Amino acid sequence: MSTLTPHELDQQPDFQTGRGRRSSPMSWRWRDRVALAFAWTAGIGLCLIAGAIVVYFVVKGVQYLRPSLLFSRPLVSTSESGTGGFLDPLLGTAILTAIGIVLAVPLAVTSAVWIAEYGRPRWLARAIESCIEIVAGTPDVVIALFGLAVFQLGFMGPFSFKAAGGGVYGRSFIAAGAMMSLIALPAIFAATRDGLQAVPEHMREAAFALGKTRITTIRRVLLPSVRSNVATGVTLGISRIIGDTAIVVFLLGASLRIESQGSVPGVGLLRGTGSTLTTYVFDNSPAGEGNAPQKAYAAAVVLLAFVLGLNLLVEYIGRHQERATGLSVATGAV
Amino acid sequence: MLARLRNPWPDSRAERTLGAVSCLVGVIVVAMIAFVAVHAWPTFQHNGLSWLSSGESPESSFEKMQTAGVDPPASAYRLRAWPLLYGTLIVTGAAVVLAFGLSLFSSIFIVELAPERLRKLTIPVIRLLASVPSVVYGLIGLLVLVPFVGNHLITASEKDSVAATMQLTGASVVVAIVILTIMIAPIMIALMCEALAAVPGSWREGAIALGLNPLRAVMAVTVRAARPAIVAAVVLATARAVGEAIMISMVSGSRAARPNFDHGLLVFLYTPVRTFASAIVDFREGLSAPALGSSLYAMALLLLIGGLVLSVCGYLIKLPMRKYQARG
Repeated sequence: MSTLTPHELDQQPDFQTGRGRRSSPMSWRWRDRVALAFAWTAGIGLCLIAGAIVVYFVVKGVQYLRPSLLFSRPLVSTSESGTGGFLDPLLGTAILTAIGIVLAVPLAVTSAVWIAEYGRPRWLARAIESCIEIVAGTPDVVIALFGLAVFQLGFMGPFSFKAAGGGVYGRSFIAAGAMMSLIALPAIFAATRDGLQAVPEHMREAAFALGKTRITTIRRVLLPSVRSNVATGVTLGISRIIGDTAIVVFLLGASLRIESQGSVPGVGLLRGTGSTLTTYVFDNSPAGEGNAPQKAYAAAVVLLAFVLGLNLLVEYIGRHQERATGLSVATGAV
Repeated sequence: MLARLRNPWPDSRAERTLGAVSCLVGVIVVAMIAFVAVHAWPTFQHNGLSWLSSGESPESSFEKMQTAGVDPPASAYRLRAWPLLYGTLIVTGAAVVLAFGLSLFSSIFIVELAPERLRKLTIPVIRLLASVPSVVYGLIGLLVLVPFVGNHLITASEKDSVAATMQLTGASVVVAIVILTIMIAPIMIALMCEALAAVPGSWREGAIALGLNPLRAVMAVTVRAARPAIVAAVVLATARAVGEAIMISMVSGSRAARPNFDHGLLVFLYTPVRTFASAIVDFREGLSAPALGSSLYAMALLLLIGGLVLSVCGYLIKLPMRKYQARG
């Protein structure tokens, strides 16, 4: 029927338009034609849905997003116009992301290095890998409940917001940030491990031939060469942390404003409670207490802008790396 | 001390240190299962396995638990969670089935059919859709789809038919399924596209040479060779769908309805629903009441175990497919 290479086939206008010498879809069996039509519909429909979401939020953003919202703090008010902006949620998102990434990167990179470069005993390495897969598959509500159980323990009091009576709430930036690191962990781990496995063996051999030990090779040769993989993983991790709602709802409390605990400035902030953009959207949607949909839309637009920016960043890192080394960065982890 | 750290480590010590740090992940996972199980224990102690059976409505049980206070009597622990399990299964199942069909054909479209320019556009779009936060999807559902279903799709007679037991506002099974499908499809597509693209083009070319038309060749060779990765994609997407809490809690009306087809399939699709994950979010304020807290931890435990079973099932399904696997 056709002896075209796949490359040529892709170039063939006949295949797409249905005109031509061979294999016009019009001559196929009807089942194949239906399947072909369905594939086109599904693909284009999905693009349309994505386009509709983006257009919808751009329109809402133009309608409701004002620069002043970004710089004013949330207020309690009965009217929607009096509820202030979302400076505190923005700061909350930033703090949580910082804590989550700072905790997740050492753990993820260390495990990835150990599994890719040492990995002995074999059963332990496999067990650790499965554990990370389990973390990746655990719903965020479950992680949130786990965090609540841990940080409500009495001796965790120093890390947590306390009620006036001394009861431990288990809620603070530290608690939420620690659990956020579990959300970011699998993405960073997978990106780093895949990067290490893609480093050609001769680079290690060259380092060994120069008399370097394994750990020196890792530090001086391998880690520098997988830098952009780690960066990709971190970016994916950040976008997961920014998008997570459940952990914040359970572990950061319900107040929209950041409230510190104690008088020490930095520590008090970390022990305090607050909100993030996601909980701001959640609280101001009709499902939450605030019910100020315009504010929810505005915050959602900002959230989407962040996610879009992070996506572009991943793409940019990938291209940059490909141009520099010829190795492609796996960006498929979602 | 610092000087010792700065000097190159002996290899054996480095290996042990890195290994020990990696083991921390294992410790965290074990601790997670242990903590959730310990907190879930009281409710199973009082209910046994009939926790999962049907019986009285969970809604009234939840109310009793909330009013029972800090030191609840044994009777307050009573819960028959079948409607919640049913809600979870039906919402997740329908969404996964729909998303699977959609994703498989879209991935074929993207990898094999789409013109080069369209493909370059689609892949970033899919990645973007996969990373949109669930609360944003929930917002769209709540402010766009729920009013649409409530005002235009549900007829007055349908509202009247169940008016005695519940109100149909539009927050319903069908909205939850639709949005969940749109949420998990991009995850599946991203993984499936990668898998399909990794199958050598010459395999498909061979099939075309044997007389299959290009679409058949893709279905018979490329998709078949990519089956293990497709299973992995479905497993991952199912895990996401089962655990989706915030979005479902926003759009589903939050009411554990008993499975009920008395008024036909359509009316069932318009009824509110509650899943395990969304129940945890809905009752977050009641976690401090021991009976309710324990019940919610039991649901979390079920979600955890469900996730484990899911990945084991995925592994077992993949085993016999290895034979024709294409490695990228």
